[in-house]
Amino acid sequence: MNATTRWALVLLMAGLLAACAQPKRDLTEDERQAMEAAAAEADAAERARREADARGLGIDRDLQADPLDDPQSPLAERLVYFDFDRDTVRSEFIPMLEAHSRYLSQNPGAQLRLEGHTDERGTREYNLALGERRAQAVRRIMTLNGARDSQLDVVSYGEEMPVAFTQTEESWARNRRVELVYDVRR
Amino acid sequence: MIMKNRILQVWLLGFLLLAVGPAAAVLEVTVTEGVTGAIPVAVAPFAWEGPGSTPEDVGQIVGANLARSGLFDVISRERLPRAPDGPADFLAEPWAAAGAEYLVIGRMLPEEERVLIEFHVFDVLANQRLGGFRIPVPVEMLRRGAHRVSDIVYEQITGDKGAFSARIAYVGVTGQGDDRQFTLEVADSDGANPRTLFRSNQPIMSPEWAPDGRDLVYVSFENRRSEVFRHNVETGVRAKLAGFPGINSAPTWSPDGRRLALSLSRDGTPNLYVMDLETGGLTQVTRSNSIDTEPAWSPDGDSLFFTSDRAGSPQIYQMRLPGGAAQRLTFEGSSAGAATVSPDGKSLVYVQGGEGGLRLARLDLETRRVTLLTKGRYDKSPSFAPNGSMIIYSATDRGRGILGSVSRDGRVHQRLAARSGDVREPAWSPL
Repeated sequence: MNATTRWALVLLMAGLLAACAQPKRDLTEDERQAMEAAAAEADAAERARREADARGLGIDRDLQADPLDDPQSPLAERLVYFDFDRDTVRSEFIPMLEAHSRYLSQNPGAQLRLEGHTDERGTREYNLALGERRAQAVRRIMTLNGARDSQLDVVSYGEEMPVAFTQTEESWARNRRVELVYDVRR
Repeated sequence: MIMKNRILQVWLLGFLLLAVGPAAAVLEVTVTEGVTGAIPVAVAPFAWEGPGSTPEDVGQIVGANLARSGLFDVISRERLPRAPDGPADFLAEPWAAAGAEYLVIGRMLPEEERVLIEFHVFDVLANQRLGGFRIPVPVEMLRRGAHRVSDIVYEQITGDKGAFSARIAYVGVTGQGDDRQFTLEVADSDGANPRTLFRSNQPIMSPEWAPDGRDLVYVSFENRRSEVFRHNVETGVRAKLAGFPGINSAPTWSPDGRRLALSLSRDGTPNLYVMDLETGGLTQVTRSNSIDTEPAWSPDGDSLFFTSDRAGSPQIYQMRLPGGAAQRLTFEGSSAGAATVSPDGKSLVYVQGGEGGLRLARLDLETRRVTLLTKGRYDKSPSFAPNGSMIIYSATDRGRGILGSVSRDGRVHQRLAARSGDVREPAWSPL
C-alpha cells in the first residue's frame, strides 16, 4: 500500500466516522414520502415476483425442457381463486387442475404443496380453517384425477400471507386462493 | 432495473436504520373518544427524596394511566397549587379551586436497593383522606411501581380493581415480502417497555396468557405449518405443545391453568380438543364436519364458547364440558366469531360481521341483548382486561394494523399504534 492510498483510506475512514457521528434527525415530509413510495414500489416488485413464481414463470428455475416451465401449458397456472367464505372450486380452474393431476400421475416422484389462503374478512382462526378447507377441496379434485394422496401436502396460512394489500374487493379476490407449489418436480 | 433495485434497497435500509432502535416497537396511545363528565383528578409530582434526580416521573405515569382509562380528567401540572408536604398539611380549598375532585400526592424514598413509594389519595369535595400507602419496589422497576400505584388510586376512587399492572402480548409485523418479520411482543399496559419474546420470518398467531401470567401459548409457522408453542415469559423456555397433521390452532388456557383448549384438524376437519398439560393427553370435545375453532373458557371452567359454521355461516356456540349438545348464542349480523369472556362470566365480546365490516359486539348472557361496541371495518381479536373494564383488540387505520381499546360500555375509545409496522392480536395478561 503506497502513501497516497493510505492517506485516502484515512480520509475515507474519517469521513465515515463523521457521517456516523451525525445526530439522528426526524425525517422531512418529502423524505418520508419518498421512502414510502420506494417501499410501495419494492412491495409491488415483490408481489409480481411471487405471483410470477406461482405461475411458474420464476426466473430462478433451472431452464431445462420441463412442461412445468412452458408458459403456454396449463401447468404454468398455479393459482386457484375462490368466492368469499367459500371452498367450492369454480369450473374455470378444473382444466388446469386436471393437467397438474396428470403431470403428478406421470411423475410419481413429484410432490405438490397446496397452500390455502383467505382474505382478511373473517376472524383469524376461522380463516386458518377456511384456508385448509380450500386446499382440501383442491386436493380432492386432484386425487380424483389421478394424483396420489401421498404426492399432495395441504397447508393453510389463513389470512396471514396476503399478496394484495389494499382493502378492496380486487385485493380480497386475489388473496382468496390456493397456491400450487412444487416441492419436488419429478 | 438492477440499478433501480439497488437504490430501492439502499432506501429501505435507510428506512430500517431510522426505524430500528429502542423505541421501535413502542406503542403510542391516543384517546380518540372519551366520556364527558370524567372525574377531575389532580396528581401532584412525586418528590424524589434522595440524591440526584428521580429516575422515573412516577406522578406523570400515574396521571397518564388514569387519563388513558377515559374515566378521569387529569388536571395539567401548571394549573396545580403547591402540593402539601405530607397528609397532615392537606387543605382542600386550593385543590377545589383548581377544579379537582380527587388529589393524589406522593414521594419516593430511596433505600439501598429499592425505593419506597409513599402516596395518599384525598377526596377533595369530602375534605378527607381516602387512604395512604407505601410500596417498596426495586429501583429498576419504578415504572411497574407507578402502574401499581395507578391500580390502587383507580380502586380507591372507582371501587373497581385497576388493570394497569397487567401486561399485553401482541404480534408485530414489519417489512415486506421476504424481509417480513413477525415478532411476539410483551409490553406494559401503556405500551412502554416492549420486549421481543420471539422473532420469525414466518407468521405468528393467537397469543394467549396462562392464568398465572408466566407463560404464553401461541401458533407459530416456523416449520412452514401451524403449530402450538408454549413460551415462558421470564425464562424464555419454549416447548412445542401441538404439531399434529393438519391445523394446530387457537390455543387457550383453562382458568385452572391445567388444560388447554385448542382446534385441531388431525382427523380431517377442525374440531375442539382439550389437552391435559401434565400428561399431554387429548380429549375430543366437538365432533362435526364443520369448522369448530376459537374456543374460550367460561371463568368456572365448565364450558367452552366457540365459533362454528355448522349452521352455514360462522356463529358462536356454547358447549358444556366434557362435550354434548352445543347451544347457539349469536343470531345478529351475517357472522360471529372470536369470543372473549368477561372475567365475571356474564358477557361475551365477539367479532360481528355485517354490511359495514367486522365490529366488536357485546352479548349479555343473561338478557341476550347485543350492543355494538366499535365502528371500525376490521375490528378483530378482542381480549378483555383482567378487571373487565376495557377490551383491547386489533383494528386498521388507513391499511395499517393498530390496536384499539374500548371501555366495556363502548363509550371510551383509544388507539395504540406502533411507530413502525403493524401490530395485532393483543392479549391482556391476568393481574
